[in-house]
Amino acid sequence: MSNSNKASASAKGANAGVKDKIILTTERVLCYIVLILITFLCLFSFYVLIINTTRSHPDIQKGFSFLPGKSFIVNMKNVLANENIPVIKGMFNSLFVAACSAILSVYFSALTAFAIHAYNFKLKKFAFTFILLVMMVPTQVSALGFVKMMGDWHLLNSYIPLIVPSVAAPVVFFFIKQYMDSVLPMELIEAARIDGAREFRIFNQIVLPLMKPALAVQMIFTFVSSWNNYFIPSLLINKADKKTLPLLIAQLRSADFLKFDMGQVYMMIAFAIVPVIIVYICLSKFIVRGVTLGGVKG
Amino acid sequence: MNKKKKKFVSYAKWGYIFLIPFFAVYIVFSLIPLISTFYNSFFENYMVGLMQVGPKFVGFDNYKAILFNGDTLLYLKNTMIMWLMGFIPQILISLLLASWFTDLRLRLKCTGFFKTIIYMPNLIMASAFAMLFYAIFADQGPINNMLNSMGLPTYRFLAEVAGARGLIALMNFLMWFGNTTIILMAAIMGVDPCLFEAARIDGANSRQIFGKITLPLIKPILAYTLITSLIGGIQMFDVPQILTNGNGNPDRTSMTVIMYLNKHLYSKNYGMAGALSVILFIVTALLSIFVFNYITKDMEAAGIRKAKKKKAKEAK
Repeated sequence: MSNSNKASASAKGANAGVKDKIILTTERVLCYIVLILITFLCLFSFYVLIINTTRSHPDIQKGFSFLPGKSFIVNMKNVLANENIPVIKGMFNSLFVAACSAILSVYFSALTAFAIHAYNFKLKKFAFTFILLVMMVPTQVSALGFVKMMGDWHLLNSYIPLIVPSVAAPVVFFFIKQYMDSVLPMELIEAARIDGAREFRIFNQIVLPLMKPALAVQMIFTFVSSWNNYFIPSLLINKADKKTLPLLIAQLRSADFLKFDMGQVYMMIAFAIVPVIIVYICLSKFIVRGVTLGGVKG
Repeated sequence: MNKKKKKFVSYAKWGYIFLIPFFAVYIVFSLIPLISTFYNSFFENYMVGLMQVGPKFVGFDNYKAILFNGDTLLYLKNTMIMWLMGFIPQILISLLLASWFTDLRLRLKCTGFFKTIIYMPNLIMASAFAMLFYAIFADQGPINNMLNSMGLPTYRFLAEVAGARGLIALMNFLMWFGNTTIILMAAIMGVDPCLFEAARIDGANSRQIFGKITLPLIKPILAYTLITSLIGGIQMFDVPQILTNGNGNPDRTSMTVIMYLNKHLYSKNYGMAGALSVILFIVTALLSIFVFNYITKDMEAAGIRKAKKKKAKEAK
């Protein structure tokens, strides 16, 4: 290659470099604009929610304002005093059901995963395949038999049918099993056995602590899905003092809307949404990473 | 004999013992109800006022009634339309965002922040979210206030077919695109970076790399997303139920299959509810086979990768 050729090539390269930089910058700006629009779309409804919890009914009827009002405490007091929709009771009910479900689901899913991971037995492959197969079966398709059975067992308006079934959670099992495959070496279990630990103790004192990250993430997800669950509770629970939050929201919807104080309506929605948002903001890094942790990879 | 026992202890029984809670609960709370649902679908069994009709064995009559006389097909169509209206933008936006977030050349800042924001709606209670949208898009709600102040006429979102379906699709989109983005990001980051580098050295631009390398390589996970989303779409319930107060307004155009099932369950028409459940079960089971194949293949691939790594280590 001659010298002159080289020089022109490098000049071209420099030109192209500047051009590339300009293109890259415009691309970046475009990305940020789209991202900001999407952020706005995601947050807009929650922003309206928060603003309107602070405004009185007449204010809300007058029109929307981007600035908060001064009626937050009044709205809060009105909601707490409202006896038709006992939102605090509902919150505690939801909290109780969701917490019990999350703990049971995670503990027993880990136990099931441990059984499949650590032991060799004849039906192991069958059991594993079975759990994977039923993973996608929606709860709605067995709801009829479930509700009927609970009726026969006089368990309507009880939390047992909402809590106990979470012991068998195929999806949670699957995530924990994937994680276990990557972090739990068999040598560790054998070492514990040599030291004389019994199987239950190995699981509770060695395996569970090792699985903490996966368990915590799955606990959050089961908690949230139980907290949000509407279909099954709506078929089982009709006593006012047993209702969970989603049922109260449904009741709020079917009540004659215009008679309501809108400040109260927004406040009640906030009771259902804001706790989850707060927990999410505190744990977001952890949760977002958890979505794919031990999950299916491409 | 004794000696042999000392040498080799079988722990197999513990495997069975640890599986007992899962299987006991699954059988009692899911499998038996499922079988009972199948059983009920063959009986005529409902209430007219206070009078109980049946249970009387009627064979496949319930299936015939629900497929050909009922509105099941109409509701299935509604469900699919609303699912597609949400899913198409969802997959497109998710692909776009996932490719941006993983683009090494763009090096966007604050991706953590954006990921946090877009995932948030996924955790929100669907029923409360729907109630919130109902309030915001009401005839005298904030959105219509804004429209009016801009000089536009009031749009009655919940009285128009496009409005109601559009709102439901919008909510489903908002709730799921963050999740899909994160899954697709993981898929893209799982692609061997050498491939991107090689393509760039060969002079491919971003669009070519995305179209010719990224897309084909993440095709399996795209298919997985499609099927799981479809299974989720068939189960669409909370959002339309709360938004339309269970009526599927206007004129039942936003009524979904599960809302229909819920109606039958509520009115204790067990025969019809059973037949509908069985049909839904079959549809989801067919779709699930795909997911199952995908997952087992993926796990096998992971197993092979692990084995290869081990071999490579040993060779060293």
